[in-house]
Amino acid sequence: MTFSLAELMVCAASRSFENEGEVLATGIGLLPRLAASLAMRTSNPDMMMTDSQSFMLATPNPVSGMASHSGQANENWMGFARIFDNVWSGARHALVGPSQIDRFGQTNIAALGGSYEAPKVQLLGVRGFPGNSISHANSFFVPKHSTRVFVTGECDVVCSIGYNPDRLPRGYTFDDIDIRRVITDLCVMDFNGPNKQMRVVSLHPGVPLSEVLENTGFEVAVAPNMTETPAPSAEQLALITELDPLNVRSKQLKDNPPGVRNPN
Amino acid sequence: MGDAGAEADFDTAFNLTGMIGNARMNKCVSAADAVSVIESGMTIGIGGWGPRRKPMALVRELLRSDVRDLTVVAYGGADVGLLCAAGKVRKVVYAFVSLDFMPLEPGFRKARETGSVDVREIDEGMMLLGLRAAAWGSPYIPTRIGLGTDVITRNPDLQLVDSPYDDKEWVAMPALNLDVSLLHATRGDARGVCEIASPDHYMDDWFARAANKTVVSVDELVPSDYFHNADVARRVYWERNLTSHIVHIPGGAHPSSSDPLYGYDMKHYKEYAAALAEGGYDGWSEAYLGDSESSYQRNVGGLEAIQTLPLPVY
Repeated sequence: MTFSLAELMVCAASRSFENEGEVLATGIGLLPRLAASLAMRTSNPDMMMTDSQSFMLATPNPVSGMASHSGQANENWMGFARIFDNVWSGARHALVGPSQIDRFGQTNIAALGGSYEAPKVQLLGVRGFPGNSISHANSFFVPKHSTRVFVTGECDVVCSIGYNPDRLPRGYTFDDIDIRRVITDLCVMDFNGPNKQMRVVSLHPGVPLSEVLENTGFEVAVAPNMTETPAPSAEQLALITELDPLNVRSKQLKDNPPGVRNPN
Repeated sequence: MGDAGAEADFDTAFNLTGMIGNARMNKCVSAADAVSVIESGMTIGIGGWGPRRKPMALVRELLRSDVRDLTVVAYGGADVGLLCAAGKVRKVVYAFVSLDFMPLEPGFRKARETGSVDVREIDEGMMLLGLRAAAWGSPYIPTRIGLGTDVITRNPDLQLVDSPYDDKEWVAMPALNLDVSLLHATRGDARGVCEIASPDHYMDDWFARAANKTVVSVDELVPSDYFHNADVARRVYWERNLTSHIVHIPGGAHPSSSDPLYGYDMKHYKEYAAALAEGGYDGWSEAYLGDSESSYQRNVGGLEAIQTLPLPVY
């Protein structure tokens, strides 16, 4: 059975939400949203999810091909102000795609290079990252694993709290910060290495460990039981097709690579 | 103030209720009169979210005025981008400035990358807390948000405080007191009762509560008995005494959306970005702004085209 790298990443990312129960899952971006939707349809039917607008859904909307929001399976109104009530309660797990991630698990979506007063590239702004990172679980989705994302120094703008002892607020420990998984186009990682070091948990089929290490700007640990990222099941692929009928997922990664790397 | 006379004129000119005795207030004014409450150096809040339900016609009126040196507080979209591009902004208080489908807002991006505006960059939820503190008359609200991030290091005036109840440090998010808020609602009456029929009213109620004056543009002006229906009355998120002025501008949110009446204008946002890239603010304003909202609407294809823009699907 053939599958794309995007589908492999979606399945790997959906595993982040397993066994979480009644937690609001928020996937920002098409593939992360597809991952959360897949989890709600498979490993975590009790998950909570919104329509990316203002209603909580009993079952996820498709990420493509929807003509209107009318007729969707609403559960309750969930405007943006109310989202924060949920965020601050801690009952949420966000899967987001930062522009930079550093060795502490700190991330950046605000600006790159230059000075803070006049950055070389202005991005979005810190958005909800500061509040998310100190309130609830977060996982990261990286479409292109490179040293541009996994930077050698600290992020240019630290938008989310990570496992950085120098920035730990008074009265806090690393147990108050909950970074779960990092899903890239090469591998799956977590922050359960020594002293919360980032470590490789599984390599995608055909990816050598050296490629991960070369494309990461800081040292990463390797899990003793590192495996190969499991291929999507037929059931998962069928659900992905149902959730993304227009196959927009095929346009998310450059050239839509296959899920199994050609040995060369 | 200049607008007080205008209000009095309206009071005597209209008596929409037909009541005998003192006429009820009539808060309907022109966009120019409404925006004249804003003076250079003021702090203004702008409602809506990114490309959604922004009081853009009021922002355009501000662009036509000689007001400058503003501090702008917003969940920003082209409102912030245009005001920055026009050189009207001293400082932006923001968590993001984005058009969603076009993640990087071109006017704001240029202002940041040339260092031409001061910033107070805070978390989306912190902004909500700051508006609430202002609304409630509190100097600040303690929160965890921002701890361990550059929100603290880049905002040296943002204070950390001790709690009398635990040993942790807390961020004291200060009140975001606003001189004037600009909002866009679906419908309103002459007394300032406003309905937001969109799926989300965002933080507009808090912008109204945090401000000394609130100007609301509405797509539809309705008689007061429209609100007698309980389902409609539930979509009124702040009380009429918080609304200072009502400006009836059909299509006034364009190019942002005013769900359920019309969607955002993706095509115009792209034209806006292209115009800014080619000719800067002057290029955009010469092509589109016009000397009034009706000339603006002509320049972007007409009111009917605005009102038939499809609603976004997320």
